[in-house]
Amino acid sequence: MRRATVKSGEATAAAGRDEAGLIARILAGEKELFHELIRPYERMVYMTVFAIVRNETDAEDGAQDAMVNAYRHLGKFRGESKFSTWLATIAMNEGRQKLRKLKRAKEDSLDEPVQGEEQEVTPAPLTDWREIPLEALERKELREALRTAVAELPGIYRQIFMFRDLDGMNVAETAAALGINENMVKVRLHRARMMLQKRLAPFLKTTAPARKGFWGRMPWS
Amino acid sequence: MELNCKHVWAHISDYIDDTVTAELRADIERHLEHCEICSAILDSTRNILVLTADDRTFELPMGFSKRLHERLARELADEGNAPVGN
Repeated sequence: MRRATVKSGEATAAAGRDEAGLIARILAGEKELFHELIRPYERMVYMTVFAIVRNETDAEDGAQDAMVNAYRHLGKFRGESKFSTWLATIAMNEGRQKLRKLKRAKEDSLDEPVQGEEQEVTPAPLTDWREIPLEALERKELREALRTAVAELPGIYRQIFMFRDLDGMNVAETAAALGINENMVKVRLHRARMMLQKRLAPFLKTTAPARKGFWGRMPWS
Repeated sequence: MELNCKHVWAHISDYIDDTVTAELRADIERHLEHCEICSAILDSTRNILVLTADDRTFELPMGFSKRLHERLARELADEGNAPVGN
Protein backbone atom coordinates (compact mmCIF):
# COMPACT_ATOMS: atom_id res chain seq x y z
CA MET A 1 0.00 0.00 0.00
CA ARG A 2 1.28 3.42 -0.90
CA ARG A 3 1.68 5.88 1.87
CA ALA A 4 -0.47 8.39 0.01
CA THR A 5 -3.47 6.14 0.52
CA VAL A 6 -3.24 6.10 4.30
CA LYS A 7 -3.51 9.83 4.96
CA SER A 8 -5.32 10.76 8.11
CA GLY A 9 -9.04 11.33 7.86
CA GLU A 10 -8.66 14.58 9.72
CA ALA A 11 -6.33 16.06 7.14
CA THR A 12 -8.84 15.10 4.50
CA ALA A 13 -11.63 16.72 6.48
CA ALA A 14 -9.68 19.98 6.60
CA ALA A 15 -9.00 19.95 2.89
CA GLY A 16 -11.20 22.19 0.85
CA ARG A 17 -12.49 24.23 3.78
CA ASP A 18 -12.46 28.00 3.54
CA GLU A 19 -10.27 28.45 6.59
CA ALA A 20 -9.43 32.07 5.79
CA GLY A 21 -13.15 32.78 5.68
CA LEU A 22 -13.73 30.96 8.97
CA ILE A 23 -10.93 32.89 10.65
CA ALA A 24 -12.25 36.22 9.36
CA ARG A 25 -15.68 35.42 10.78
CA ILE A 26 -14.24 34.42 14.16
CA LEU A 27 -12.28 37.66 14.33
CA ALA A 28 -15.41 39.58 13.34
CA GLY A 29 -17.19 38.18 16.40
CA GLU A 30 -18.50 34.72 15.49
CA LYS A 31 -16.12 33.22 18.01
CA GLU A 32 -18.05 29.96 18.43
CA LEU A 33 -16.75 28.99 14.99
CA PHE A 34 -13.35 28.46 16.58
CA HIS A 35 -14.58 25.02 17.70
CA GLU A 36 -15.15 24.15 14.06
CA LEU A 37 -11.87 25.67 12.90
CA ILE A 38 -9.71 23.51 15.13
CA ARG A 39 -11.68 20.26 15.03
CA PRO A 40 -9.63 18.69 12.19
CA TYR A 41 -6.39 19.46 14.05
CA GLU A 42 -7.11 18.13 17.54
CA ARG A 43 -5.12 15.00 16.95
CA MET A 44 -2.20 16.77 15.28
CA VAL A 45 -1.89 19.28 18.13
CA TYR A 46 -2.08 16.58 20.79
CA MET A 47 0.48 14.38 19.03
CA THR A 48 2.82 17.33 18.46
CA VAL A 49 2.88 18.13 22.17
CA PHE A 50 3.04 14.43 23.02
CA ALA A 51 6.11 14.01 20.78
CA ILE A 52 7.87 16.51 23.05
CA VAL A 53 6.61 15.78 26.56
CA ARG A 54 5.99 12.05 26.05
CA ASN A 55 3.29 11.55 28.61
CA GLU A 56 -0.46 11.73 28.20
CA THR A 57 -1.31 14.09 31.04
CA ASP A 58 1.15 16.79 30.08
CA ALA A 59 0.37 16.31 26.39
CA GLU A 60 -3.32 16.93 27.05
CA ASP A 61 -2.64 20.00 29.18
CA GLY A 62 -0.21 21.32 26.58
CA ALA A 63 -2.60 20.66 23.71
CA GLN A 64 -5.40 22.53 25.50
CA ASP A 65 -3.08 25.44 26.24
CA ALA A 66 -1.92 25.50 22.62
CA MET A 67 -5.51 25.71 21.36
CA VAL A 68 -6.33 28.47 23.86
CA ASN A 69 -3.24 30.39 22.74
CA ALA A 70 -4.17 29.91 19.11
CA TYR A 71 -7.57 31.42 19.88
CA ARG A 72 -6.17 34.38 21.79
CA HIS A 73 -3.63 35.16 19.08
CA LEU A 74 -5.73 34.30 16.06
CA GLY A 75 -5.57 37.91 14.88
CA LYS A 76 -1.84 37.49 14.42
CA PHE A 77 -2.29 34.73 11.89
CA ARG A 78 -1.58 36.39 8.57
CA GLY A 79 -2.22 33.53 6.23
CA GLU A 80 1.37 33.47 4.99
CA SER A 81 1.58 29.84 6.06
CA LYS A 82 -1.21 27.30 6.30
CA PHE A 83 -3.29 27.52 9.46
CA SER A 84 -2.27 23.96 10.33
CA THR A 85 1.43 24.90 10.12
CA TRP A 86 0.88 27.94 12.34
CA LEU A 87 -1.00 25.75 14.81
CA ALA A 88 1.75 23.12 14.77
CA THR A 89 4.30 25.81 15.63
CA ILE A 90 2.18 26.95 18.58
CA ALA A 91 1.83 23.34 19.72
CA MET A 92 5.59 22.80 19.55
CA ASN A 93 6.25 25.96 21.53
CA GLU A 94 3.72 24.87 24.12
CA GLY A 95 5.30 21.44 24.35
CA ARG A 96 8.77 22.89 24.81
CA GLN A 97 7.55 25.34 27.42
CA LYS A 98 5.86 22.54 29.30
CA LEU A 99 8.99 20.47 29.15
CA ARG A 100 11.08 23.30 30.58
CA LYS A 101 8.59 23.70 33.40
CA LEU A 102 8.83 20.03 34.10
CA LYS A 103 12.58 20.51 34.36
CA ARG A 104 13.37 17.33 32.59
CA ALA A 105 17.00 18.09 32.13
CA LYS A 106 17.68 14.72 30.66
CA GLU A 107 15.27 15.34 27.82
CA ASP A 108 17.00 15.61 24.48
CA SER A 109 16.61 18.80 22.50
CA LEU A 110 14.60 19.08 19.32
CA ASP A 111 17.02 21.61 17.92
CA GLU A 112 20.46 20.30 18.61
CA PRO A 113 21.88 17.65 16.32
CA VAL A 114 22.27 14.35 18.06
CA GLN A 115 25.52 12.50 18.05
CA GLY A 116 26.01 10.42 14.98
CA GLU A 117 23.54 12.29 12.83
CA GLU A 118 25.81 11.96 9.85
CA GLN A 119 26.15 8.22 10.25
CA GLU A 120 24.23 6.00 7.93
CA VAL A 121 21.40 3.97 9.39
CA THR A 122 21.11 0.62 7.73
CA PRO A 123 17.84 -1.28 7.85
CA ALA A 124 17.61 -4.74 9.38
CA PRO A 125 17.50 -7.65 6.95
CA LEU A 126 14.31 -9.50 7.59
CA THR A 127 14.28 -12.75 5.76
CA ASP A 128 11.06 -14.09 7.21
CA TRP A 129 8.97 -10.92 6.93
CA ARG A 130 6.81 -12.46 4.24
CA GLU A 131 5.98 -15.27 6.60
CA ILE A 132 4.30 -12.89 9.01
CA PRO A 133 0.56 -13.03 8.52
CA LEU A 134 -1.23 -9.77 7.97
CA GLU A 135 -3.10 -10.36 11.22
CA ALA A 136 0.19 -9.77 13.01
CA LEU A 137 -0.28 -6.09 12.28
CA GLU A 138 -3.44 -6.24 14.36
CA ARG A 139 -1.59 -7.35 17.45
CA LYS A 140 -1.68 -4.97 20.37
CA GLU A 141 1.90 -5.84 21.25
CA LEU A 142 3.10 -4.57 17.91
CA ARG A 143 1.31 -1.26 18.38
CA GLU A 144 2.84 -0.97 21.82
CA ALA A 145 6.30 -1.75 20.44
CA LEU A 146 5.84 0.90 17.76
CA ARG A 147 4.71 3.51 20.30
CA THR A 148 7.73 2.74 22.44
CA ALA A 149 10.11 2.81 19.48
CA VAL A 150 8.76 6.18 18.32
CA ALA A 151 8.92 7.59 21.86
CA GLU A 152 12.55 6.54 22.07
CA LEU A 153 13.63 8.10 18.78
CA PRO A 154 15.92 11.11 19.26
CA GLY A 155 13.78 14.26 19.40
CA ILE A 156 14.72 15.68 16.01
CA TYR A 157 13.67 12.48 14.29
CA ARG A 158 10.60 11.87 16.43
CA GLN A 159 8.99 15.20 15.63
CA ILE A 160 9.56 14.86 11.89
CA PHE A 161 8.30 11.28 11.84
CA MET A 162 5.14 12.28 13.69
CA PHE A 163 4.44 15.29 11.48
CA ARG A 164 4.95 13.34 8.28
CA ASP A 165 3.79 9.82 8.98
CA LEU A 166 1.30 10.31 11.78
CA ASP A 167 -0.22 13.71 11.04
CA GLY A 168 0.13 13.42 7.28
CA MET A 169 1.81 16.82 6.87
CA ASN A 170 3.76 17.21 3.64
CA VAL A 171 7.47 17.95 3.39
CA ALA A 172 6.98 21.70 2.84
CA GLU A 173 4.61 22.03 5.81
CA THR A 174 6.94 20.04 8.05
CA ALA A 175 9.92 22.16 7.00
CA ALA A 176 7.97 25.36 7.66
CA ALA A 177 6.76 24.20 11.09
CA LEU A 178 10.26 23.19 12.16
CA GLY A 179 12.12 26.06 10.49
CA ILE A 180 14.47 23.75 8.59
CA ASN A 181 14.91 23.12 4.87
CA GLU A 182 13.00 20.48 2.96
CA ASN A 183 16.03 18.37 2.22
CA MET A 184 16.76 18.11 5.94
CA VAL A 185 13.18 16.93 6.49
CA LYS A 186 13.66 14.18 3.90
CA VAL A 187 17.02 13.09 5.29
CA ARG A 188 15.81 12.95 8.87
CA LEU A 189 12.56 11.24 7.93
CA HIS A 190 14.48 8.55 6.10
CA ARG A 191 16.70 8.01 9.11
CA ALA A 192 13.72 7.91 11.46
CA ARG A 193 11.97 5.30 9.33
CA MET A 194 15.11 3.18 9.07
CA MET A 195 15.65 3.38 12.84
CA LEU A 196 12.10 2.16 13.39
CA GLN A 197 12.45 -0.60 10.82
CA LYS A 198 15.64 -1.74 12.48
CA ARG A 199 14.11 -1.57 15.92
CA LEU A 200 10.87 -3.36 15.06
CA ALA A 201 12.23 -6.00 12.70
CA PRO A 202 13.65 -8.27 15.43
CA PHE A 203 10.47 -7.84 17.43
CA LEU A 204 8.43 -9.11 14.55
CA LYS A 205 10.82 -11.92 13.84
CA THR A 206 10.86 -13.23 17.35
CA THR A 207 7.16 -12.92 18.05
CA ALA A 208 5.74 -14.11 14.76
CA PRO A 209 4.99 -17.80 14.61
CA ALA A 210 7.44 -19.50 12.30
CA ARG A 211 5.85 -21.10 9.30
CA LYS A 212 7.37 -23.18 6.61
CA GLY A 213 7.18 -21.55 3.25
CA PHE A 214 9.36 -19.99 0.65
CA TRP A 215 11.86 -18.66 3.17
CA GLY A 216 11.83 -21.86 5.19
CA ARG A 217 13.25 -23.62 2.18
CA MET A 218 16.09 -21.21 1.62
CA PRO A 219 19.57 -22.59 2.35
CA TRP A 220 20.37 -20.06 5.08
CA SER A 221 17.24 -20.65 7.14
CA MET B 1 21.78 1.40 -13.85
CA GLU B 2 22.51 -1.67 -11.75
CA LEU B 3 21.84 -0.81 -8.10
CA ASN B 4 23.20 -2.69 -5.13
CA CYS B 5 21.28 -3.19 -1.88
CA LYS B 6 22.87 -0.19 -0.15
CA HIS B 7 21.79 2.11 -2.96
CA VAL B 8 18.25 0.82 -2.65
CA TRP B 9 18.20 1.28 1.15
CA ALA B 10 19.35 4.87 0.73
CA HIS B 11 16.31 5.61 -1.41
CA ILE B 12 13.64 3.55 0.33
CA SER B 13 12.02 6.53 2.00
CA ASP B 14 11.88 8.60 -1.19
CA TYR B 15 10.65 5.55 -3.06
CA ILE B 16 7.78 5.07 -0.60
CA ASP B 17 6.93 8.78 -0.84
CA ASP B 18 7.13 8.58 -4.63
CA THR B 19 9.66 11.38 -4.88
CA VAL B 20 12.29 9.50 -6.88
CA THR B 21 12.80 10.11 -10.60
CA ALA B 22 11.15 7.73 -13.04
CA GLU B 23 14.58 6.41 -13.96
CA LEU B 24 15.57 5.69 -10.37
CA ARG B 25 12.17 4.13 -9.69
CA ALA B 26 12.69 1.76 -12.59
CA ASP B 27 16.20 0.89 -11.35
CA ILE B 28 14.90 0.21 -7.84
CA GLU B 29 12.06 -1.93 -9.14
CA ARG B 30 14.44 -3.96 -11.27
CA HIS B 31 16.52 -4.62 -8.15
CA LEU B 32 13.45 -5.51 -6.07
CA GLU B 33 12.40 -8.09 -8.63
CA HIS B 34 15.33 -10.30 -7.77
CA CYS B 35 16.25 -9.16 -4.22
CA GLU B 36 14.01 -10.61 -1.54
CA ILE B 37 16.01 -8.94 1.23
CA CYS B 38 15.32 -5.44 -0.08
CA SER B 39 11.71 -6.35 -0.84
CA ALA B 40 11.27 -7.45 2.77
CA ILE B 41 12.84 -4.25 4.07
CA LEU B 42 10.56 -2.19 1.85
CA ASP B 43 7.49 -4.15 2.92
CA SER B 44 8.34 -3.94 6.61
CA THR B 45 8.95 -0.19 6.39
CA ARG B 46 5.66 0.32 4.59
CA ASN B 47 3.85 -1.78 7.16
CA ILE B 48 5.31 0.34 9.95
CA LEU B 49 3.93 3.43 8.20
CA VAL B 50 0.52 1.83 7.77
CA LEU B 51 0.52 0.92 11.44
CA THR B 52 1.60 4.44 12.40
CA ALA B 53 -1.22 6.02 10.41
CA ASP B 54 -3.75 3.67 12.02
CA ASP B 55 -5.66 5.71 14.61
CA ARG B 56 -5.55 2.79 17.06
CA THR B 57 -1.77 2.95 17.37
CA PHE B 58 -1.47 6.52 18.57
CA GLU B 59 -4.78 7.09 20.29
CA LEU B 60 -6.07 10.28 21.79
CA PRO B 61 -6.87 9.88 25.49
CA MET B 62 -10.48 8.93 26.15
CA GLY B 63 -12.62 12.08 26.35
CA PHE B 64 -9.84 14.34 25.07
CA SER B 65 -11.99 16.13 22.51
CA LYS B 66 -14.85 16.71 24.95
CA ARG B 67 -12.54 18.20 27.58
CA LEU B 68 -10.79 20.36 24.99
CA HIS B 69 -14.03 21.85 23.71
CA GLU B 70 -15.31 22.42 27.24
CA ARG B 71 -12.15 24.36 28.03
CA LEU B 72 -12.49 26.34 24.81
CA ALA B 73 -16.14 27.08 25.58
CA ARG B 74 -15.06 28.63 28.88
CA GLU B 75 -12.36 30.57 27.10
CA LEU B 76 -14.71 31.83 24.39
CA ALA B 77 -17.29 32.87 26.99
CA ASP B 78 -14.81 35.23 28.59
CA GLU B 79 -14.97 38.51 26.65
CA GLY B 80 -11.57 39.51 27.98
CA ASN B 81 -9.97 36.69 26.02
CA ALA B 82 -11.25 37.72 22.60
CA PRO B 83 -8.70 37.11 19.83
CA VAL B 84 -6.30 39.95 19.22
CA GLY B 85 -4.14 41.02 16.29
CA ASN B 86 -0.91 42.94 16.38
